[in-house]
Amino acid sequence: MTLEIVKPGLATSVQDLGRPGYFHLGIPEGGAMDRYALRAANLLVGNDEGAACLEAVFMGPEIRIGADCVLAVTGAEMPIKLDGETVPTWTSFAAKAGQVLSFGFLTEGARIYIAVSGGIATEPDLGSRSTYPIGMLGGIDGRPVQPGDVIPVGEDGAAKPCLSVPEDLRRRPGTPAELRVLPGLYWDRLTEASQTAFFDDTWTVASEADRMGYRFKGGRPMEFVEREQPFGAGSDPSNIVDGCYSYGSVQVPGGTEPIVLHRDAVSGGGYFTLGAVISADMDLIGQLQPNTPVHFRRTDMDQALAARAHRRAMLDKLRNALAG
Amino acid sequence: MADIQSPLPGTFYHQATPEEPPYKAKGDAVAEGDVIGLIEVMKTFIEVKAEAAGTFDAYVADNASAVTAGAVLATLVD
Repeated sequence: MTLEIVKPGLATSVQDLGRPGYFHLGIPEGGAMDRYALRAANLLVGNDEGAACLEAVFMGPEIRIGADCVLAVTGAEMPIKLDGETVPTWTSFAAKAGQVLSFGFLTEGARIYIAVSGGIATEPDLGSRSTYPIGMLGGIDGRPVQPGDVIPVGEDGAAKPCLSVPEDLRRRPGTPAELRVLPGLYWDRLTEASQTAFFDDTWTVASEADRMGYRFKGGRPMEFVEREQPFGAGSDPSNIVDGCYSYGSVQVPGGTEPIVLHRDAVSGGGYFTLGAVISADMDLIGQLQPNTPVHFRRTDMDQALAARAHRRAMLDKLRNALAG
Repeated sequence: MADIQSPLPGTFYHQATPEEPPYKAKGDAVAEGDVIGLIEVMKTFIEVKAEAAGTFDAYVADNASAVTAGAVLATLVD
């Protein structure tokens, strides 16, 4: 069984849940930008929920199906077509050998996850099939898919068509989107006025938003507390002596445009990070289109942990809803 | 009349660089596959190509404006 890429779309890549354990060596965890949607797509086609899928952003690929199989597409809303016939999103459907899967215009969200029964079976690197182009790891030769690629698919399990994720378990960002932020180690670098402004202002997603990070623009420039430049730090007030960056941390180079570091981000550097977007809201970032308005909401550790527990409960509900 | 729609969300540009004239002007012949503009997204510029031949009528979306997927960018007359 194979999937043949007729048209690649934009930066469509093989992704699973990533390769944790190497961040201290500068190799990011990687994996799906919307992990919940990837898990849902896999559960719909009877795969392990961490199996590899295709992640496509803003624009769908065109794919020729190599053998009879079951498919599901989750995440963003984008009309799905099988030989030109529309099929529903967040729902498993049968496809026959030789049929062509294609997509209409994106209507909501940013990234779709295409799961195939059996899962994509490219060679894993460091325990994961996730594509990390900068490190040339995972996927097909460590790069996004190209026309003519023939992607191997594993053995079909017990996939059933017509399984569907209930509407209340399809998670999407609202407009404006709300991202909860936990202030961090360098929060006190900002003046009180700038701390308040960060949460009060409406930001919009800039065009510089990808798997490494999402940049936001439109809020007021930030002011920093006066200091003596520390040994080893750059001269800009947003510079620090190099420190660690966590998944979700918010750096603001020059104090102008916040960047939330995402799955393929670097693990450290010399910009202060004002805090981090909580883990429960990171999937939502993966579904933000450019120019979407966003509010950052201040939260604390208790609320962040409660939100994480809530996400876990939602995932359990999803597993129960799709258990065959 | 045929619409050319944006394949993806981003920022639409009429010109390849700010110094150059727009890709097309009213009355220009457009062949299938001709570039009519650029969409900037994820630090890259993607060429928008005509999917059918015709005569260029006008840009509908402004230069340097934010567009959504499926937004009409320009129109052709037969």
